[in-house]
Amino acid sequence: MDKRVSVHGANIDLTCYFRDPNFYTKAMKILVCISKAPDTTSKIAFTDSNSKFDETGVQYIVNPYDEWYALVRALELKETLGGSVTTISVGGADYEPVIRKALAIGADDAVRIDAAESDSLFVAKQIAAYAKGKGFDIVFCGKETISYNGSVVPGMVAELLDVPYVALAHKIDLAGNVATIEREIPGGEEVVEVNTPFVISAAKGMAEQRIPNMRGIMAARTKPLATEAAVAAEASTTIKSFSLPPAKSGCKYITPENAGDLIRLLHEEAKAI
Amino acid sequence: MSVLIFADNHNGKFPKSSLEAVSYGADVAAMLGTEAVAITCGNISGDGGLGSAGAKTVLHASSVNTSDSQQMTRLIVAAAQKVNASVIIFSHDIEGKLVAPRVAARMDAGLVPGATSLPGSDFVVKKNVFSGKAIADVAINTANKVITVLPNSLGVKNTGATATVETFTADLGAPGIKVKEVKAENKDGEIPLPEAELVVSGGRGMKGPEHWGPIVELAKTLGAATACSRPVADIGWRPHHEHVGQTGVTIRPNLYIAVGISGAIQHLAGVNGSKTIVVINKDPEAPFFKAADYGIVGDAFEVLPKIIEAAKQFKSAH
Repeated sequence: MDKRVSVHGANIDLTCYFRDPNFYTKAMKILVCISKAPDTTSKIAFTDSNSKFDETGVQYIVNPYDEWYALVRALELKETLGGSVTTISVGGADYEPVIRKALAIGADDAVRIDAAESDSLFVAKQIAAYAKGKGFDIVFCGKETISYNGSVVPGMVAELLDVPYVALAHKIDLAGNVATIEREIPGGEEVVEVNTPFVISAAKGMAEQRIPNMRGIMAARTKPLATEAAVAAEASTTIKSFSLPPAKSGCKYITPENAGDLIRLLHEEAKAI
Repeated sequence: MSVLIFADNHNGKFPKSSLEAVSYGADVAAMLGTEAVAITCGNISGDGGLGSAGAKTVLHASSVNTSDSQQMTRLIVAAAQKVNASVIIFSHDIEGKLVAPRVAARMDAGLVPGATSLPGSDFVVKKNVFSGKAIADVAINTANKVITVLPNSLGVKNTGATATVETFTADLGAPGIKVKEVKAENKDGEIPLPEAELVVSGGRGMKGPEHWGPIVELAKTLGAATACSRPVADIGWRPHHEHVGQTGVTIRPNLYIAVGISGAIQHLAGVNGSKTIVVINKDPEAPFFKAADYGIVGDAFEVLPKIIEAAKQFKSAH
């Protein structure tokens, strides 16, 4: 078979396409899990006998790992390979501003599972129930929320969907169905290869933050945001109460001239060395 | 019945975080009036010290790809069935974060990630939330329970006992992931940051990568790991795996010495679990002093040599 073709008079060699079955691009259908989190500068306080987070004056943002790393890399993949990016969130109607922000950054459409996000396994069951049978190639998550710091939901979703899971990834590229991913391991990193579909959790380095522009913000107002009922599930864990860490007793200053005293204090007083 | 602990090892060596998980599991087992069984894979010699850390039995699976979370899950769930374990313990380390959620989902178990206390009555466990700015008491409601233990939170037992080692095999099913390449960043003899008890860290105040000598020297003298702030890693003065903070590594060493780091809230989120914090900064208004136990307002390049000298004298005397 002659693998050279002529397009508008230019001869193009397609040999590479025939030699390497991965040398083509496949459109990716991507689901990005979006959680909300209190802005990093929020005052952390509690109400109802320390059993509830005090939301007074708290500004909610898209969880940074979900936004900067998972969503933006998903959009980049869509832009080069084609396909679609849908976001999914589990929460009440107060989630809408956070979801609209994700749409403004560039997601095509969004779904909100209408239920209180009671615990990780509950949330994972909702996401898995929605994703099942819809043919998503990649489920993208941030590596953890900055509120609960669990790093749990993506792995649970992967197990419930019975697909591979690559955790703490900072680089992903695709050739056809095959993803090449770099992830953190103890004392270094490794490069792994995995076939779609799979779940991935994104850490720093995956992508650069995108600030939504005015056009994106306007478009986000009319992008589809579906609301779906939750599937039945019990909360597997319950937060009984919150407390604040013991306050520091204050900083003991040492003059620069006597800096060497630090070592003695660390040994005798702090018992740190 | 028993408590099952997954103990990860790196080329046969069990890091402190794994031994902490085994000790934690042994305490939970004692609380429940049962025995602690550890499971590990790869090449180990003897019981790898897991018996001394509290394991009665070690289940040893020789060759499993620990990066394949599906195969690891099948292995651990099979082990849990074999020893009739309803409580499974992991370290909240890289491997624990990869595998524990899957095991919990498979066993329909409530999971507390990053526990900082043993379970109390009704299986209530403490964990840090809001990046260390608060603590939550979390109850596990399900019959099966999974806990990942936050490194450097609880101690390691040293009973001197030896565990019985049994070979364990399970149907692992098809592999889901292929490892193409491993890049080690820690050179031999370097202390990995997440498990370091002492950490010396530098920020933009160090003025350039060529000035890192005193940081490295102080770390070496104390037997500490080196770390850095986010801007320092971003401009490439130091490698990314040294970056501690909200988006980098979260650490909770016994001692954290921060030199030339102002203490932005994102940086504090990664280090505020440290037991003792020392801040050296020439700006007396640096916010980090508010979170510090000891502070020195002064030029790092004048202060550090004095501390290094004192540390050397201390080390030769102790």
